[in-house]
Formats: sequence, structure tokens, C-alpha cells
Amino acid sequence: MNDPQYDPKTWAIGVIFLGLAGMIGYMLPRQVTSTNPPQSPSQGATPARANQQPASPQPSGAAAGTNAAAKLTFTPPPDDKIPDNEFGKMVRFGRAVFEDTQHNAKEFIGNALQCSNCHIDGGRLANAAPLWAAFIAFPTYRSKNGHVNTFQERMQGCFIYSMNGKEPPLNDKVLVALESYSYFLATGAPTGANLPGRGYPRLPKPAKLDYAHGQQVYAQKCALCHGPNGQGQSTADGAVVFPPLWGPRSYNWGAGMSSIDAAAGFAKANMPLSEGNTLTDEEAWDAATYIDSQERPQDPRFNGSVAETRKADHDSPFDMYGQTVNGVVLGQKSPPSGPPRSQ
Amino acid sequence: MMPFTRSEVIAIAGALWLTAMSSHSLAADGRALATNGNGKGALPCAACHGAQGEGLPSAGFPRLDGLNGIYIRQQLDDFADGKRANDIMRPIASALSPDERQAVGTFYSRQTAAKAAEPTKADAAAISRGATLATHGDWSKGLPGCNQCHGPDGQGVAGTFPKLAGQNAKYIAEQLKDWQLGKRANDPLHLMTTVSAKLDDDAIAAVAAYYASLPTAPASQQGSAQ
Repeated sequence: MNDPQYDPKTWAIGVIFLGLAGMIGYMLPRQVTSTNPPQSPSQGATPARANQQPASPQPSGAAAGTNAAAKLTFTPPPDDKIPDNEFGKMVRFGRAVFEDTQHNAKEFIGNALQCSNCHIDGGRLANAAPLWAAFIAFPTYRSKNGHVNTFQERMQGCFIYSMNGKEPPLNDKVLVALESYSYFLATGAPTGANLPGRGYPRLPKPAKLDYAHGQQVYAQKCALCHGPNGQGQSTADGAVVFPPLWGPRSYNWGAGMSSIDAAAGFAKANMPLSEGNTLTDEEAWDAATYIDSQERPQDPRFNGSVAETRKADHDSPFDMYGQTVNGVVLGQKSPPSGPPRSQ
Repeated sequence: MMPFTRSEVIAIAGALWLTAMSSHSLAADGRALATNGNGKGALPCAACHGAQGEGLPSAGFPRLDGLNGIYIRQQLDDFADGKRANDIMRPIASALSPDERQAVGTFYSRQTAAKAAEPTKADAAAISRGATLATHGDWSKGLPGCNQCHGPDGQGVAGTFPKLAGQNAKYIAEQLKDWQLGKRANDPLHLMTTVSAKLDDDAIAAVAAYYASLPTAPASQQGSAQ
């Protein structure tokens, strides 16, 4: 060790200085930073309202019935504030992609889902992964892919995983439209803030995950709409009304929703539709466990070994990929990821 | 070895055949029931719901053509059980056997009637507001769009979420009010009880006017009646 010697007096001053600095820092009000997980809505900065007339408190986004996640402080502007110009046209197309992804982004999707299935009220509803909260959180570093992601790249991930499709090229009209729509919804939101209502609520960790109880909850409260086998339901014309929750037409093993904690938070806040926050935490956890213990399209990052793919990308107690359920290793017999090649 | 003689076997087979034939001829005939009733207390459906199930908008008698047969059967069961309180339908449904209820449901599910005219012309602003509620709901009240369960344009989903497109306004409004009051309580998971509580009278009138303004079936379903 070649460290130079310091005399005791210098040491003492340094220690006192550091101690005072620490105390002052501790007493300062804590600021919410963008790296916090979206679990403490009450701490969020109170952003300025969108630039609207104060007399028009708009309903969208101010979710009633989501009492679990405290009161909300951001309201996106209403659709009639979309400007009548070229930008507005792009915003409207973005909204159309968002609500009818099946038709308006057909070439990039490989399942029966719509963006608005998981982002309720056209991406406005708090605690249903609202676009306004996501938009202001990018660019950011993501451990999922190990680099700083732009918002467009983040949306490419939605297409690859949640939509079981393929990524639209950067600056493709679909991504530009979705980005424009998100930007519009985030009008007036503070860049970098971790707004209350972002993502899905994080539920207190359960004592256990109970598949059998989840199966019962599913049969009682989910199957009516999503079908006894999670296949979803359509009109006589084939339009999907209730999204498939597993099987070849649902989100794949790389989607955020394939994690039980995400699915449980979503279900707690939003399911059954119109009856959010009526499930107990236990019901939400167990139903999510049941749903995310079913087979679904393969993880696009699959390298040929379920065990290795689990280790690399699914190493969590809330992730059933690679686990054995009912005698079957999940991921072992997954349908291939991506849009069907035959079409 | 054989417990029966040859002639006994023939006689038994013949009796079974006759039984099968007679039960076949007695199988409930949905069209006949709809037109004539069953002679045991069930009046002809057509008297109020129209010969092809087009309904009677001025009285709020619902159209039945193109409704899901399982849905119709379920409603008849619920009228009989009182889960759906209705003084007219209760005795009629009670007088129908389970087979007859299913036969009537299947019959009407296969009809495609011309739309019966609404008694009054709906206000365009109400229809427009109704369209917004039907499509997007009002999430400030936690209200989903009606079509999020009843399907695009209210075309209905399976036996659970009935078709609303082209249904008459008086009927839709009355049902929503019945759910609010608990007079109709046969909704799975209390979904309609929950959402109807989030609608005021103007919103009810708006969604009723909107669905009544729609054509009864999308083009692809026209002509699929058997």
C-alpha cells in the first residue's frame, strides 16, 4: 500500500464534514427519480396540468375505482385537442394503430391482441400502463437488453414480445404514429418524472402462489370473457373481442405480461373489466399464476435450450418459463414465436 | 342362452323404433311454437315479437332475430326462475319446457328480419354521444365502452353478451333501468349491474338511441339464416 499518511487533524475534519453532509442530505425532501420502480404513486411530483382551459377537467385517465394506487395527478388532454394539421393526422393514425392494431399494423403482429387490450382507454388509464407515463420515461437504460433505449425501440419490444410479431423499422410510419400519439397524451407531463399510475400497480408479495386456487378464480371470474381455455372470444364475424390469455394467439414468453407480478398488478387494477380492484390481492396473484403457467409462443430470444433461456432471461420466482407445471416443462413445447410464416 | 326368442327381439326392436320415431315427431318445433304457442299457456311469441322476430319498438318488445340461441334460452330460464322479473314473460316462459325454450331460441337465432321502425326519430346529438359511450366508455367513471364486451357495433359475443345492433331504443333503455333497480339481476359477474350504475338517464337514452340507429347485422351475416 503506497497511500500517503494523513495527520489525525485532517482526518477528524473530514469525518465531521462528511457526517454533517450526510445528515443534511438525509433531512432534505426526497425527490422521485426516473429510476424508481413505479410503486410509490403518492411520492410523485405533481406535474402541471396539460395546457388546457382550466374549466375542462377531462375525465379520461382519472380512473375511478383504482383506489389501491392513490390519487392521480396527471390527466392527458382529450382527443378533441388533437390539432388539425399534419401532426394531428399522425396522432390520429397513432390512435387508430393503438386501438385497432390488428388492421393498422397487421404486418408487424403475430397474435390476436391489440395495444389497447393491456393499455386500457386508448393508453390513457392510470395503472393500465398509460402512454403518457411511459413516454416521458425514455430514453432510459433497460436491463432487458443492456443499453439505453429510445421510446421507439421500447415500442419495437412491444411488437416483438407482447404482439408476438416483428419490430417495425425505426421511423416506420407505425412507430412514428404511436410516438406522436404518446407525445400528444403526455402534453404537459414533466420529462423524466415517475408519474403515479405508470405501468401496473405492484402488489405486496404473496406468501405463496397457488395454481389450484388460481384455476378456480379463473373459472369463476375470467373464463366468462376469456374462455375456459384462455383462448379469448370473437364475434360471429371473427373479430376478437376478448383477447386470448395463452396459447398460440396470445403474448409470447418474452412479454412483460408473462411475468406473474405484472399480470397480477394488471388484473388487480383492471379486471374484470369495469370491476377493477374487486379481486383480492390473493385472487389476482393466483389467477395470474394460473394464466402465466400455460403454454404460449416461444420467447424470441430462445437459443435452443429452455434451461439456458430461463437462466438468461427468466430467472425470477414470478416467471414460470422453464418450470415444470402439470408434468410439462413450460417453453419445451411452445409454438414458435413470431407471425405465422405460411401467411 | 338367449333370454329372448327371435320374435321377441323383433317386437322389442319394433317398439324401440316406434318410440324413437314418435319422440322425433314430438321434438319441439321452434317455428310452430313462435307462430302458434304450445297450447299449454305459452302464447305465440310472434304476437309481440313479430313474425320474424323483428320486435315492436313502440312497445319496447325486443327484436329476437339474430340473437344467440343460447342467450334466448337462458333468458327464458331466467324469466321462469324470476331472476329476470317480468310479469308478461314469466308465465309464458314457465309454460315452455326446456326443449321448447331451446327450440324457440334456435329458431329466432336463425331469422333475419327487416328492421322495425323506431316510433320517433332520434336526436343526432344523442346518437353521437351514444356512439362515443358505446365505443370508448367513460373511464373517468370506470365505465368501459359497451362494445368492449358486446363486440364491434354491438354485434354480440356468443351466448353471454347479446347483440345490441338494431335493438329498439325503448327496450335497451328499460333494461338498463331494470339493472339499476335490480329488477333484472341475471347478469354474470354483476357486470351490467356495475356498468348501469355508472349511467345517468341522458347516457342511457344516448346509448339506446345509438344502438337503435344501427343496422341489425353486418353485411357478412346477411343471408346466413337457415
